[in-house]
Formats: sequence, C-alpha cells, structure tokens
Amino acid sequence: MPDLAIVLPSVLNGLTTGALYALVALGLTLIYGVLHIINFAHGALLMLALYGVYFLNTVLGVDPYVALFIVPPVMFAIGYTLQRLVITKASHGRDENILLVTLGLAIIIENLALMGFRSDTRIIDTPYSFEVFEILGTFIPQPKVYAFIGAVVTAGLFWLVINKTDLGRAIRALAKEPKGARLVGINTNHVFAMSFGLGVACLGVAACLLLPTYYVSPHVGQGFVLVAFTIVVLGGMGSFVGALLGGLIIGVVEALGGLFLGESLGQIGIFVIFIVVLIFRPTGLLGHKV
Amino acid sequence: MRQLALLVALFAALAVAPIFIHSAVWMNLIIMVLYAALLGQAWNILGGYGGQFSFGHAAFFGTGAYTIAVLQVQLGINPWVGLVAGGMLAMLVAAFIGFSTFRYGLKGSYFALITLAFAEVLRILSNSVPFTGAGVGLLIELNPSAANMQFVDKASYFWLLLAITFIAFLTVWWIGNSRFGAQLMAVRDNEDAARALGVDPFKVKMSAILLSGLFSGLAGCFYAQYFLYLDPSIAYGSSVSVESLLVPIVGGLGTLFGPLFGAIALHTLSEVTRSVIGDLPGASLVLYGILLVLVILFSPRGLSGLINSLTGRVPASKKKEENNG
Repeated sequence: MPDLAIVLPSVLNGLTTGALYALVALGLTLIYGVLHIINFAHGALLMLALYGVYFLNTVLGVDPYVALFIVPPVMFAIGYTLQRLVITKASHGRDENILLVTLGLAIIIENLALMGFRSDTRIIDTPYSFEVFEILGTFIPQPKVYAFIGAVVTAGLFWLVINKTDLGRAIRALAKEPKGARLVGINTNHVFAMSFGLGVACLGVAACLLLPTYYVSPHVGQGFVLVAFTIVVLGGMGSFVGALLGGLIIGVVEALGGLFLGESLGQIGIFVIFIVVLIFRPTGLLGHKV
Repeated sequence: MRQLALLVALFAALAVAPIFIHSAVWMNLIIMVLYAALLGQAWNILGGYGGQFSFGHAAFFGTGAYTIAVLQVQLGINPWVGLVAGGMLAMLVAAFIGFSTFRYGLKGSYFALITLAFAEVLRILSNSVPFTGAGVGLLIELNPSAANMQFVDKASYFWLLLAITFIAFLTVWWIGNSRFGAQLMAVRDNEDAARALGVDPFKVKMSAILLSGLFSGLAGCFYAQYFLYLDPSIAYGSSVSVESLLVPIVGGLGTLFGPLFGAIALHTLSEVTRSVIGDLPGASLVLYGILLVLVILFSPRGLSGLINSLTGRVPASKKKEENNG
C-alpha cells in the first residue's frame, strides 16, 4: 500500500481535473436531457474553443481568464447556429440520423483543424502556470485550483438558469413533454437551440479554465469525449448533480489508475466503469428511468 | 433472383479484371475500393439490416488484424490458419459485445457508445501489452509465397479479397431473401411488433452482430497481410469505425449494392481531392464528413435511394411514407 503522501496529491489532482470533466459533461448532459441526442461533436467543439483561447492569448495577448468573457458567448452562438441550421434539419424523425450528423460535424471540425493548424501540440505561457498553492500539505498548481472553483461556480450558475429563469422552465418543460410544451406556446425550435447553445457554451468555459495547465491539438477533444460520455452515463443521462458527481469520481479514478497502473493503462479504469455502468445500470447513479 | 444474377455477373467480371489491368496503381485503387466495400458490407449487416448503429467496428477489425499478425510474428503460425482464427476471434468479441448489450435491450445512442468504448478499451490494451508490440506496432516479416499469404503481384491479393468480399455480399443477398433477414428487418423497423409476432429480437440481433463481426474481422486479416504492419491506432482507431459506417450510409443503408456504391464514391472523391489539392492531412476526411452530413440532410437513403428516386424506382410503401412525412 503506497504512502498517503503519494495518494493524497493524486486524489486532489484528480478532483481538480474531475471538476473540469464535470463541466464538459454538464454541457453534454443538458443537450441529452433536453434533445435526447448524444452530441458526438462535443469533443471537437471543445477543441475549437481551446484553439480560440490559444489564439486569443498568443495573438492578442488576452489572458485565458479574461477570455472567459469572450469564448463562451462565441461558443454559445456557434452551438445555437449549428442546432438551428444543421442538426434539427437532419433528424427526419429518427434519432440515429442526429447521432450521425453530430459525428459528421466532429469529423469535419477536427480535420479542418488538422488542415489549418497541423497536428502540433501547443501550450500557452502564463505568469501563473507554475505557481502552486499548498493544500493539506501537498502542492497543487494554482490554475488547477482556479479551474476547480470556476467549474463549481459555472455549475451553480447553470443550476440557477435551469431552475430559476423562464428559459430554464421552458427547457425543463421541453425535456419532459415536447408536445405539451408546444401547446402552451413555447417556441420549441428556439428553446432546443438555446439548450444546445448553453451546452456548447459550457465547453467555452471549460476551455478557458483548462488551457493554462493543458495543451491543444486537433485531436485533443477525442480524449475528453469518451470521458464526458462516461461521466454522463455514470451520473445518469440528463442529471446535473449526477454529472458533477460523476466528473469528480472519474477524475479521481483516472488519477489513481494512472498512479497504480501507469499512464497508458490507467485510462482503462474509466472505460471499465463506463461499460459496467452501461450494462448493469444504464440509468446511471442518479438517473431516472428514461 | 435478378439481384443474385447481377451479383454473380459483377464479381465474375471483376475476377477477370486483373488480366486487363496491368498498372499496379490501378490495381491498388481497385483493391482499396473492394476492401472498403467489404468493411461497409460488414457494418451494413448490423447497421443497415439490423438497425443497430455501431460506432466501434474497429473492435472487430482490429481483433482480426491482430490475431493474424500476432500468430505469425509471435508464434510462427501460418496466416491461413490465422485468417480462420482472426474471423473466429472477431466473432468472439462480437458475441461478447452483443451479449452484454442486447441482453439488456440497449440500443440507439447507448449501443453506439458502448461499441465505441469497447474499441477504445481494446486500443488501450493493445497499446499496453507486449505481444502486440505496444505502441511500436507489429511488422510482419516479408516472405512472399502463397503459403504465407503474401504475394508479389497485386492480382493475387485482389483475388483473395474478391473471394472474401463475394462471400460477404452473398451473405447479405441471403439476408435480403431469407426468413432470418425478414426477422432482422422486422426487429429493425419495430422491435415490439416483431416480438409480438414471435420473433426473438435477442437471437436475431446476436446472429447479425456475429456475421458483421466475422466479415469485419476478415477485412482486418486482409489489411494486415496486405500492408504487413499494424499499430494500435490503425487496428482499433476511430478511422476504421468511421469508414465502416460511412460507406454503407453514403451508398444506401440496408441495400445489397449500397456498400459498393459507397466505396466507389468515397474513393473517387478522395482520389480526386488528392490530385486537386495534394496530400494535405485531413483533407479527405473533411470531405467524408461533409458528405456524411449532406447525405443525411438531403438523401437519408444514400446514393441507392438517390438513384432510385431519379429513375422513378421507388417502392410503393416508401412513396407512401414520403407523402405522409
């Protein structure tokens, strides 16, 4: 049994990564909960947001945390437009078509990035990249702590929007009973697109919080996308609290897996959880019967 | 019957093609088209006829490819034995995935996700264990002879592939004209109604995934012998899974010749782009993605559907459906 002094930093690191995973998963779960589609373009859109933050920083010198006021609104607009112009038009009454269209979008976005930016891995340099906080006797990089706080605050804001605003009420109505929602005068197309936009805006926030300690490359999203799916499935599709809890669990599992099994095999824990949950409890830890 | 005659005639014509085509470049292109048609047809059995959309057919493909390669490189076992073993192991993986998902009635998005996750697990495993050569990959020693399933001329590879592909197409013809196929399509169109009529959806879907896995695995075996090199991202990466589903969707889901149309269309497209804009990384995949989105937006039944509607050969039931929709 390894020393607590090794395990504790791992767990704390896992929690900070997990919070960001949770943020990515939050967008995915909102889109699933309302639109009942799995957005396979989620990872590609995260990658796009990361490039946005990267270029804002390297070309215009915008700090990633200042970019929080720029990137998420832009991502929101992209999400809204995609849903309005492409995704709704693709369904032809079958969910499989939406699945495929988002996969197609993911392929397009990822490979456009590959064409435009090559497969180079890029990082940004901030004055606080290597600063640390001392927490419980272990050192955690400052940006990771900010990311954790940012993720929690965003999740809180999300909760407020969903539970306390008219938009949130419309979104919840649509998730429960689309026909009924239309009958009481909710503009379903608009609300669908708003949900999609909000889900994608989450990625913008995640990108700003992520980049100071992470990197960006055209395929960076792929790693996140399965992790985010796992979290959503683990927490229960469409459940917000589930996404947060799932994110933290997965973050810790990944960190401990990496510690005990090595970097490459460590990820396998995530997928094992994923497959086991899908098979034995497809509604997730906190999900309701779909 | 007319379809069967057409199928046999087409493959007979293809079989004599190498006599007239001496350019290795052209032979290579034809082989790649045929290989794509095989991959696509394998996916079509489960996705097109069975309605279960897999996003992780690389799990079967890679298992077939690694089986034939590992047996040769690590154990010195003949590739002809490896071909059989590769097909069987791919079916075993298919049985495992099918059993664990269909038993609990998982379908739609869940099925797509779980297949994707299985392919990822296998990719990570093959990246970590020593006998697959991990990240470095496996190089099959060059030693051309028919006994080693390695050929100097492209024509012999072509005939090997043609034989496998012919069996796959025959199987799909049989599915389209048999009791089993009728049950499979019934489950695809309405699982509850099919069950009410006495069809066992679990059994039918299991058979479909086994067949699908078998042909995908055989395609993997061919790939390994043709290129003599494998690594985890070739074998279990997402590009095989994407190509598998793209080919039949572009060509026409649940049709016998759809995967062939799709394979021809996709390869023509990627060759043309390569000659126009050069070998830019990702360029052909961008086009594949655009094609996928366009097909789903404007012609959900693929090229076959497009051809049928242009020539006015739309089945009465489909016409009704369109008028209603």
